[in-house]
Amino acid sequence: MRATQRRLTREIPAIRRHLVVTGLLAISTAVCVVLQASILASVLSGAAVSLLFGLAGVVVARAALAWAQQMLAQRAATTVKAELRGRVLDHIRRMGPLRAGRERHGELTTMVTRGLDALDPYFTSYLPKTVGAAVVPPLVIAALAVTDWISAVVVVVTLPLIPVFGALVGMHTRRRTARQWALLSRLGGHFLDVVAGLPTLRAFGRARDQIGVVHRMSDDHRRATLRTLRVAFLSSLVLEWVATLSVALVAVPVGLRLMSGDVDLATALLVLFLAPEAYLPLRAAGTAFHDSAEGVAVADRVFATLDDAPAPQRAATGGVSDAHDLVFDDVTVRYPDRDMPAVTGISMRIRAGERVGLVGPSGAGKSTLLAVLLGFVEPESGRVTVGRRDLADLPLAAWREQIAWVPQKPHLFAVSVADNIRLGRPGAPIEHVVQAARAAAADEFITRLPDGYDTLLGENGSGLSMGQRQRIAIARAFLRDAPILLFDEATAHLDAESEAAVAAASARLMAGRTALVVAHRPALLDHVDRVVTIRSGQR
Amino acid sequence: MNRRLLPAVMAAVAAELAAVALMGTAAWLIARASEHPQISAVAVAIVVVRALALGRGVLRYADRLLGHDVALAAVTAQRTRVYEALIPLAPDGVAAFRSGDLLTRLVDDVDAVQDLLLRCVIPATVATGVAVAATGFTATLSLPTAVILAIGLLLAGILVPWLVFVSTGRTRAEKAVRGALAAHTTDLLRGAADLAAFNATGSAAATARDLNGQLVAFERRRAMTAGLATAAILLIHGATVIAAIVSVRHAGLPLTTAIVLVVLTVAVFEVVTPLPGTARKSRDVRTSARRLESLTAARVPVPEPQEPATPDGHILEVRGLRVPGRLDDPVDLVVRPGRTVAVAGPSGVGKSTLLAVLMRFVDYEGSVTIGGRELRTLPGDDVRALITGVTQDAYVFDASIRDNLALAKPDATCDELADAARRARLLDWIESLPDGWDTRAGSGGVSMSGGQRQRLLLARALLADPVILLLDEPTEGLEADTAQALLADLRSATRDRATLLVTHSPVAHEVADEVHVLGAVADRPGDLFGHAGRHPSGRERLTPVDTGRDADEFGEAGAERAQRRAADRETDLGDAQVAAAQQRHGPLDPSGHQIPVR
Repeated sequence: MRATQRRLTREIPAIRRHLVVTGLLAISTAVCVVLQASILASVLSGAAVSLLFGLAGVVVARAALAWAQQMLAQRAATTVKAELRGRVLDHIRRMGPLRAGRERHGELTTMVTRGLDALDPYFTSYLPKTVGAAVVPPLVIAALAVTDWISAVVVVVTLPLIPVFGALVGMHTRRRTARQWALLSRLGGHFLDVVAGLPTLRAFGRARDQIGVVHRMSDDHRRATLRTLRVAFLSSLVLEWVATLSVALVAVPVGLRLMSGDVDLATALLVLFLAPEAYLPLRAAGTAFHDSAEGVAVADRVFATLDDAPAPQRAATGGVSDAHDLVFDDVTVRYPDRDMPAVTGISMRIRAGERVGLVGPSGAGKSTLLAVLLGFVEPESGRVTVGRRDLADLPLAAWREQIAWVPQKPHLFAVSVADNIRLGRPGAPIEHVVQAARAAAADEFITRLPDGYDTLLGENGSGLSMGQRQRIAIARAFLRDAPILLFDEATAHLDAESEAAVAAASARLMAGRTALVVAHRPALLDHVDRVVTIRSGQR
Repeated sequence: MNRRLLPAVMAAVAAELAAVALMGTAAWLIARASEHPQISAVAVAIVVVRALALGRGVLRYADRLLGHDVALAAVTAQRTRVYEALIPLAPDGVAAFRSGDLLTRLVDDVDAVQDLLLRCVIPATVATGVAVAATGFTATLSLPTAVILAIGLLLAGILVPWLVFVSTGRTRAEKAVRGALAAHTTDLLRGAADLAAFNATGSAAATARDLNGQLVAFERRRAMTAGLATAAILLIHGATVIAAIVSVRHAGLPLTTAIVLVVLTVAVFEVVTPLPGTARKSRDVRTSARRLESLTAARVPVPEPQEPATPDGHILEVRGLRVPGRLDDPVDLVVRPGRTVAVAGPSGVGKSTLLAVLMRFVDYEGSVTIGGRELRTLPGDDVRALITGVTQDAYVFDASIRDNLALAKPDATCDELADAARRARLLDWIESLPDGWDTRAGSGGVSMSGGQRQRLLLARALLADPVILLLDEPTEGLEADTAQALLADLRSATRDRATLLVTHSPVAHEVADEVHVLGAVADRPGDLFGHAGRHPSGRERLTPVDTGRDADEFGEAGAERAQRRAADRETDLGDAQVAAAQQRHGPLDPSGHQIPVR
């Protein structure tokens, strides 16, 4: 927790600046508070009403300070969130498809949006309160000591009890809060999971059973939270007591001394006004702990995510010329966290311009061979060469420029249909997009969509059938117009009609290109020069 | 909830009243003491000050604990209520039911009830209660001061929060940007491979960065308002205190009364300070509540029958079935016990809609009977107990493989689970996993291949053991040979049970006793899967084809043709060590089996 906070401060310089500003604002506010209290005490004990102009001035100054403090705190929070969000997005950008596929998408997406908002209270509440607790009490006590040293002594003796109790209970809650976060996200995830799977639950007549489970999980959550809070709030109970009892300890004796004439009314009133101000920042800091815990937990998770560094980018630059043979030389690929290699000792040569069909049982590693060529995964042993150059030495971006890929399950993005087709050619004019869609037998259904090519797709193309999605992916490949075509189980999801259309389209697509086609169905194999069988895990 | 709400609110009001009373009594004590009375004159005040000092802490503790309890209980009730409301709507009654974005927002909206109580209802009630009490008390001592206090509290407690409420109108636009950011982040993750392959990761990340920038702009604008509200309250507070001092002086009130009234005025503003935050929050809460309302008010797509009937027999008969806009041409088919019926047709023709009708997720026109009873007259759950299986949107829960299977039959024994997994050819894989049956299937089943996921769904459907088993593309994503083996297993497993299979796969048709082509008529049987064309008239109709008599069905279009061509070609394998080209056996069947060709 401390380490995370230190790291936040270290890595984001804006925080240090913000802390200094917050400190200055807190000092200024404390001075205003003392001034306000003394003017009020003087006026109430009979001083001239003209002092009220001074009071008005102090009030305006306090208002301005409060506005500045809140505005700057929110801006600091915004800056830090934007910075962390940017880093997580950058991390996602760099993690590569293999890692991205294994990530828990929901968790990372939540982290980037709602999750980081937990940092808001850290800056708007916890930090100013903590700084206030450090800065304000000494100033107030100093003012108190000048006014009435006996009261100042009472405050000085009782004040340390607050941080002592705070630390005692804080240590206890810290662990619990961390645990609660895990529990919370599990229980929160449960509700989402159940709702997402509701159609399936209904299909098996289990939907109503889950009402009870939803209720129970949610109620467990309530109980778990309350268990934590019962202890956490106990600390603030003790703090409240120390503070309010101290007011009583100050107010009552000062009243009695006033009766005996040891102090005057103005002094007594000032003591009454100032004493709570000495405790207030510490009490506030005590409750602020909860404001910080969740934010720090989130920052912790952000750092943990960022530290789980993706593989370093390839440094190679320069171009890649086309029309080279692709050679797999005794290639073995093992995915991280897997015991068994995905493919073992694969050797084959694909000549430039040759169209090769890959067949074999599921899990044999056909898609893995395409992933190797795409640079998603690197061989554990053996090598892949393009012309005479090792694939690992090629500049990845330039190499991928040579490839059009039709994946097994194409992802459709939350942008327009046209922009989805433009994936590999961002600036392509709409005529070319339509041309590609026609070639992929996708034009017909696209023009029937509400806004045609401008139709915005929902999350991952929801609303489109598998066949339609596949055809959009093929249109992408057409528009990409690259010399190498990697076609992965392209016909697996298509109905007979589109399968025929797609087979014809892909025959056109393959023409004049080097093509590696993972096929299940005969239609595509009609158009290849050669068929290679990959057997389970090996050649 | 109501049962818990009253004590929570009472504790909260009492805690704040105690705080204000503590300052008031202490001020009275000091003011009175300055008149040098006997000690007995202030003895009661001393006791009261000490009691309030103790009681305030206890009340505050109770207030916070009770407040959270009632808020979390409300979340539980809300979650349960919304889930229950969603049941009859899933999957067809809520437009974007399958959007993760919508679901996440739904969960947020449901949980917003917590903020409604903790950050809106309770602070507002406390402010009202304490303000009324303090103004009332002041009025008994000085009416003008009470009027000043009332005006100040109204300005700070109602006008300022109201201004905040109406000026925080950008939340919708900001939420739209947040939604877009979430969607783009998901795209960056799920579409990582597509982006990388097309060198588009950079531009997609740039879009996300741009959205991040927009979010910053929104938040900075909000920062200005947040500070303004607090400043305004401080100014109103100061003005009220100054006016109160002038008024007590002007009225010539006794010193003690004057001091108590001014100190009260200073202290009571504590309760209105959090109200601008409450206003901001209540706007968010209102937005969430409106969205939930539209959800719970949604029309139930399939109403339950008034007088439920019970089916008599196991024959499924479909006569003239239509679903306007989704399944436009009448469907006629019969599924008898032991028969496997396949339904084929181009995508978008309504194959999945047909299954949704049979599962009573979608209402229909025409007639569908099971055991002689119209589906409309049967309770939906009864229908799904008889007719269920693997749907297109079948979900793999973020739970163990065992739990994912067992949801189809909670009382299933280990043997039954293993048997279902074996029949779906999944058992070996499960047992090869380090955690075996306890392996988490992960959110959306990301840790499994498409084939394994499909097998898991299949195993679940087999475990459910319905009278009529529905399979929507059960071999989707599977290799031809494994698909065939799977279907062969399916056939033996479903010998005594009617099965309705929606598929486009020619291999799958081999196991069907009967094939219906939806929305298309084959020109010749041999072209059924190669070039299924539209009927010349454009009218779509259902054409039963008896697969038993169509010896040539897979002939030219099938594996044999490709196999011959592949073998005929000279397969130049180069000097590298090469995987075997197809020589004697079919390319789709490396095990050595010939694909049956009749």
